[in-house]
Amino acid sequence: MKRNWALLLVLVLVVGLSSIAMSYERSESLVYGGGMWSPASNWNPLIPYTGGHPTGTVGLVFENLFHYYPLENRFQPWLAESGQWLSDNQYEIKLRKGIKWNDGEDFNAVDVAFSFLIARDNPTYYSNIWTWMNDIEVVDTYTVRFNFADPHYQEWKGILHDIAMIPEHIWSKVSADQLLTIANENPVGTGPYLVESVGQDRMVWVRDEDWWGNQIFGQPAPKYLINLIVPGNNNALGMLMKRELDLSNYFLPGIPNIKKAFGINTYYEDSPYMIAENTALLFLNTTIEPLDDRNFRRAMAFAINPKIIVERVYENQVTVANSTGLFGQAWMDYYSQEIVDQYGFSYDPATAKQLLDQAGYLDRDGDGWRDNLNGEAIELEVIVPNGWTDWMESIKVIADNLKAVGVNVTPSFPDFSIYLNAIHQGTFELAINNFGASLSVTPFSYWNWVVSDEIDGDLVTDGNFSRYDDPKLFKMIKAFNMTDDASPRAMEIAANIQQAMLEAMPSIPLWHNGLWAQTQSEYWTNWPSEDNPTGYPCTWGGKWDFGSIPMLINLKPVK
Amino acid sequence: MGKYLSKKLIIYLITFFVAVTIDWAIPRFMPGEPIGMLLARFQGMEGGREILESQFVQAFGLDQPLIEQYFSFWKSLFSGDLGISIYAFPKPVMTIIREAIIFDIVILVPAILLSWVVGNKLGAYSGINKKADNLMMPFFYFLTSSPYFWFAMVIAFVFGVRIGWFPINSAYGSTIRPGLTLSFILSFLHHWFLPFLTMFLVQLGGWAIGMRNMILYERSANYARYMESLGASDRLIRSYGFRNGVLPQVTGLALRLSGIIGGALMTQIVFAYPGLGFIMLRAIMNHDYFLIQGTFLFIVILVLVANFLVDIAYMVIDPRVRYSYSGEVS
Repeated sequence: MKRNWALLLVLVLVVGLSSIAMSYERSESLVYGGGMWSPASNWNPLIPYTGGHPTGTVGLVFENLFHYYPLENRFQPWLAESGQWLSDNQYEIKLRKGIKWNDGEDFNAVDVAFSFLIARDNPTYYSNIWTWMNDIEVVDTYTVRFNFADPHYQEWKGILHDIAMIPEHIWSKVSADQLLTIANENPVGTGPYLVESVGQDRMVWVRDEDWWGNQIFGQPAPKYLINLIVPGNNNALGMLMKRELDLSNYFLPGIPNIKKAFGINTYYEDSPYMIAENTALLFLNTTIEPLDDRNFRRAMAFAINPKIIVERVYENQVTVANSTGLFGQAWMDYYSQEIVDQYGFSYDPATAKQLLDQAGYLDRDGDGWRDNLNGEAIELEVIVPNGWTDWMESIKVIADNLKAVGVNVTPSFPDFSIYLNAIHQGTFELAINNFGASLSVTPFSYWNWVVSDEIDGDLVTDGNFSRYDDPKLFKMIKAFNMTDDASPRAMEIAANIQQAMLEAMPSIPLWHNGLWAQTQSEYWTNWPSEDNPTGYPCTWGGKWDFGSIPMLINLKPVK
Repeated sequence: MGKYLSKKLIIYLITFFVAVTIDWAIPRFMPGEPIGMLLARFQGMEGGREILESQFVQAFGLDQPLIEQYFSFWKSLFSGDLGISIYAFPKPVMTIIREAIIFDIVILVPAILLSWVVGNKLGAYSGINKKADNLMMPFFYFLTSSPYFWFAMVIAFVFGVRIGWFPINSAYGSTIRPGLTLSFILSFLHHWFLPFLTMFLVQLGGWAIGMRNMILYERSANYARYMESLGASDRLIRSYGFRNGVLPQVTGLALRLSGIIGGALMTQIVFAYPGLGFIMLRAIMNHDYFLIQGTFLFIVILVLVANFLVDIAYMVIDPRVRYSYSGEVS
């Protein structure tokens, strides 16, 4: 009997000891959430949708030629050492020497060319580059030249920091029909982290001690990155308050009120607390009356008071958008104050009423609401997805604002799928959206989305949900894409685009949703902030090249 | 006995067929479609979205006519293939369910059994002890009328946030690696406790109330009075009453199983506990046809199997059922 007890004791000890090795040291682990919404199931950079590769696959494992740091509006050469236009239609990239893939193979120009050629020979999300790119020359081991038929200078800037470099020696062996279907469970990239483990509700990355960037940029501080799927804001808030999350990229209401009491940090100490990440716009379906009338649309812009939304709904965690919807340095380089002074709008219900009166939208039947030009009642509905509480509160304000000038608008909250159907099929009247208005390296991405020319199909999915049809404006945006950085011609076209959009008002820029980021310093300090701009506190997919790696490098463990 | 079982089996088969058909149809009749939803926030090259969409619609066979999709669903069902998840692409639905269902079982089985046993004992006690009755009944009524999700949130708030004794997210700590180690087991139990407690307590009230009423009823039944007049001990009468009172409670278990499983789904969502409920919510939100089908199918099977087990148990404990089907009692 005694012997059995002794055995049991030994067993418990062994299990107990081995368990030490079986958990991640908290002081070496960064625990975060907010960017992953489905279980990690593939690490295939060619599957970029929600539910595709988990956030960090590109950024932590696969890397880009450049990083683009929006807060400084600066390109940081990453895998590339430099890049420049040799002529109007030839771009040359020189690569850093000594970079290796995680499996020990050398990274070189062949891999770069391959990463683009794969999109020429197969349907991928960036295959359309090949409608304006001619070919790629591998000049030597570290030099690649891209030759363009029709260079899209603005778009190219995005591509330089967007497309993940994939190893030729592995992906050339993948058959064409499997490119978009393999899970790529052991991804080989050039990046600072590797896949460590996967759970139903988490994904753990482990640092690659041999990362090429250690000597150049420094080594990322956390040995483990633990990305949790926290399904609800309430869970995330609770975990942040209990010090279980180091970094939360969720929108959490009430942060301004509780941040002091719970030691929660935000990028800006005071309002707006968060970095502006995108522009939320009100899309107006221009195919129906009275929204087909630009005078009516313009009057609406004067009637809405986004300041109330910013204060009441967001507790000043966001900022009011200017009339153009442009923000961030890269976009504001093209902002035209002159045009805004002349054509801009601001909250002014008196002007709104006056514009509506002038345009003939009067209350003809005396029911208190303005009527259409033909005398029929105007009844509009503004929609946002159900459960998106901040947007739901916002459209209540918008409806109230519009009612105040006599336009009968009711808020409605359909399920996300119904909302999406409505904006895609054009069966909505008014809707808030921001899906394609994220901060980027060029305002082209914003314009090309807000007033995209892809409106002829049955479904409109690439922005311009207003279905505003203006071939002249589309042409200007295309022309802007073909202009070089900040050249006088680019500035002129940009001003013309802003003018055309303000005159037509196919959508109304309202406020800038933030890069929601809350941090706490129980385990890690030196978080990026206004006074300590060490990076971009973001773990959302597709944005690791915006400065999240410098953040990881600059973090300091408390212990 | 065989007659009883075969009759039950036929009913189960019909139920299964109908449930599977509904299971297939419902996600497809929801407005919206999965690929478009997953790509809704996709930002990339111009035209990139269309390329991806057409590729994946084809890959999932969503361009086929509905009737063909229905038949191929049955065909693959019989080969044990539930398809590939769309939002956790390219993971097979079967794998996802296999990894998740363990988290349902560890909560459900102990919660159902314990609450049934404890609830019946407490109810029986309450039925014979006036003081205990007055003390416990309001509490039981409160428990049984609490919706699972609401009760889960109260529990999470009190024990998870206010007192802070227990975690409110996931099935084990964020720095724990799953494995047969002490730290994992402790962390697992720590995370398991609150969802279990929620499931246990809400069910407890119903069983206790049911048993209490049964005991009161049985004690006033003629056989009890007769025994009393014969001078049988209170204890003996009580044990007879309990045995009679348990029968409707077993039927009750069968009737309430689907509600309990539904409650478990809600509880998991509140505690972000990665079982089927957690998976199903995400699957529905992403219109992942195959995963919705798979999880619903498993829940249907779970309910049917559990009901079947209760049926058999009923047959064992109630001789009348057994005899009526074997013709021993006319």
